[in-house]
Amino acid sequence: MKLLARVLQAPAVAGLAAGWLAFCLLVWAYGASPREMAALLFEGTWGTSYGAGQVLFKATPLLFTGLAVDLALRAGLFNIGAEGQLAVASLAAGVVGSRLPQATPAIVALPVTIGAAMAAGAAWAAVPALLKGRFGAHEVISTIMMNRIAEGVVGLLVASGLALTGTVRTADVVPGARVPRLDALFPAFRGSAASFAVVLAIAVTALVTLAHRRTRFGREVGLIGLNARAMAAEKVPVRRRLEQALLASGALAGAASLGTVLGYKGYFEEGLGAGAGFGGVAVALLGRGRFGGLVLGALLFGTLQQGGLALNAYVPKELMEVLQGIVICAVALADARLRAAVGEVLTRPLAKPAAPAGGGTP
Amino acid sequence: MSALDVIVSGTMLAQTVRMTIPYACASLGGVLSERSGVVNIALEGILLASALAAVAVQGVTGSAVAGLLAGVVAGALVGLVHAALVVRGRVDAIVSGLALNLALGGGTRFVLRALYGSSSNSPSVRGVRFGEGLGLFARTALDPFVLSTLAVAALCAWGLARTRFGLRLRACGEDPSAAQAVGVDVARTRLVAVTLGGAVCGLGGAALAFELHQFQAGMTGGRGFIALAAVIVAGWRPWPAVGACLAFAALDALQIVLQNQTRVPAQIFAVLPFVATLLALAVVSRRSAGGGAPAGIGKHPA
Repeated sequence: MKLLARVLQAPAVAGLAAGWLAFCLLVWAYGASPREMAALLFEGTWGTSYGAGQVLFKATPLLFTGLAVDLALRAGLFNIGAEGQLAVASLAAGVVGSRLPQATPAIVALPVTIGAAMAAGAAWAAVPALLKGRFGAHEVISTIMMNRIAEGVVGLLVASGLALTGTVRTADVVPGARVPRLDALFPAFRGSAASFAVVLAIAVTALVTLAHRRTRFGREVGLIGLNARAMAAEKVPVRRRLEQALLASGALAGAASLGTVLGYKGYFEEGLGAGAGFGGVAVALLGRGRFGGLVLGALLFGTLQQGGLALNAYVPKELMEVLQGIVICAVALADARLRAAVGEVLTRPLAKPAAPAGGGTP
Repeated sequence: MSALDVIVSGTMLAQTVRMTIPYACASLGGVLSERSGVVNIALEGILLASALAAVAVQGVTGSAVAGLLAGVVAGALVGLVHAALVVRGRVDAIVSGLALNLALGGGTRFVLRALYGSSSNSPSVRGVRFGEGLGLFARTALDPFVLSTLAVAALCAWGLARTRFGLRLRACGEDPSAAQAVGVDVARTRLVAVTLGGAVCGLGGAALAFELHQFQAGMTGGRGFIALAAVIVAGWRPWPAVGACLAFAALDALQIVLQNQTRVPAQIFAVLPFVATLLALAVVSRRSAGGGAPAGIGKHPA
């Protein structure tokens, strides 16, 4: 019975259960049948190979931004700015990718384009990073402000000559900078917008989560997140590491343009990839630094997004945003309870033998 | 009329004062919540939820007072949920705030479509009609929302500084363990403080909706976050927070005039309030490390 309670408290189960309950309640309150909508949701996502492809397509930028937010979170920083970092990076990808010579081979064009995007994302994250490191300004507020500023700046740049005249989109990127669609190799995904960027996203996630454990930088960042003062005492340059973590986070958020600009449209358009940055925060909160957690989190929220579109004719797709919020709450709640329970178990033996040990028992 | 004429006019001043209200209410709510030790980035979502509640209830009942009350109650409810998650559930306050903002951003759109079949805005409501026969000055100075915001600010300042509850609230924010040790019920004090803060913020949401005479999806446009920055800039004190909000609202009013009156691309001015917030935040954070933040913010009693 106790074991059952423990298992029920497991965050993932709690999140899914709360999400499912909220789904049924809200759909029912809207006047639709939860059973029919759930069937429709499944059919529109994992029920067909096209739907599955669309889920992968939606999950791709989420995985990148989730990984980005997660990296900052390891250092104890909330990077709410992935949204703005991705917007600026996407514009950079569109602009640089379309200005390259037409015949640029992929081996040059793709790295240059994505490099520009990541640099732009990092540059956008540099402002909150500097404000944090040099002035101590709280990164939550400054990254949110940078999101709003990105909206205006991207709009301004697009309006003042970076876009094709009369539109809000850039010219097409050169063929070499495009990421091929999945249906080029797997005909089953025909028609869906999933590209090999999803493979890249998973590979990058694996590499980065490995680097958290295996590299000096990764371990220092993680330990700063646990106890910055101890790391400062160990002569680790805490301020620099925090700044670097935010910059790296911005660069990873910018890499999400692989899935949107380079894998999907082939050009940048104002508003492309909007929402992926905020979704990434949700993915990171679910993933908690684990490879599997991040991938599953991105797939879950990708499913919700795609499912929302599948239901939109019957139930407003905004339902899925409500579900996202509820899932995050439920997971965080279950996680806090679990940690409290584990903490109890961990501290008990430390506290108890203290007295006999002091008495000199062998 | 040139842009400068518009900027120095009395209409502009009145407009600024009216635009301050949502900011000021949200930041007063933020002060109440954060002085008790609970970070509140859910202000944005509270503004949205209360604006929708105010419009929906006035639409049904036709009464501005009922709409206003609905907005305040909606704000208090969201505040209560935030407090319950953070204080009782021990969820990180930023995580809870983000989740609430996400859920309420989507939830208000969901309800908008459910009630009015529109994904952008509600039908228009009357709002509060006041002072049609009065001059500009009297109409602004005696506006019920202006007066109630001032009253709430005065109450907050006096309540925090002079009352028993205010003292306990501040004690919970400065050192929750010590507060608990001397017998203050930290959890309950924080629940009350954050709920009250939500109610005050809800007043601002109702004011915002009535000012525009309708609810629009995403109509808060980051006001809750700017209000939170105002709390920090003001060193977590009620009157300075209202002052900071007045400054941000003046910038907001200014950017609207500049957008309409000049040929420069509108986007430059639209980012003005956000850039100013960023700069103010940098300056204040540098001047005083921590900026007068309650020492026990985000901490739970041992």
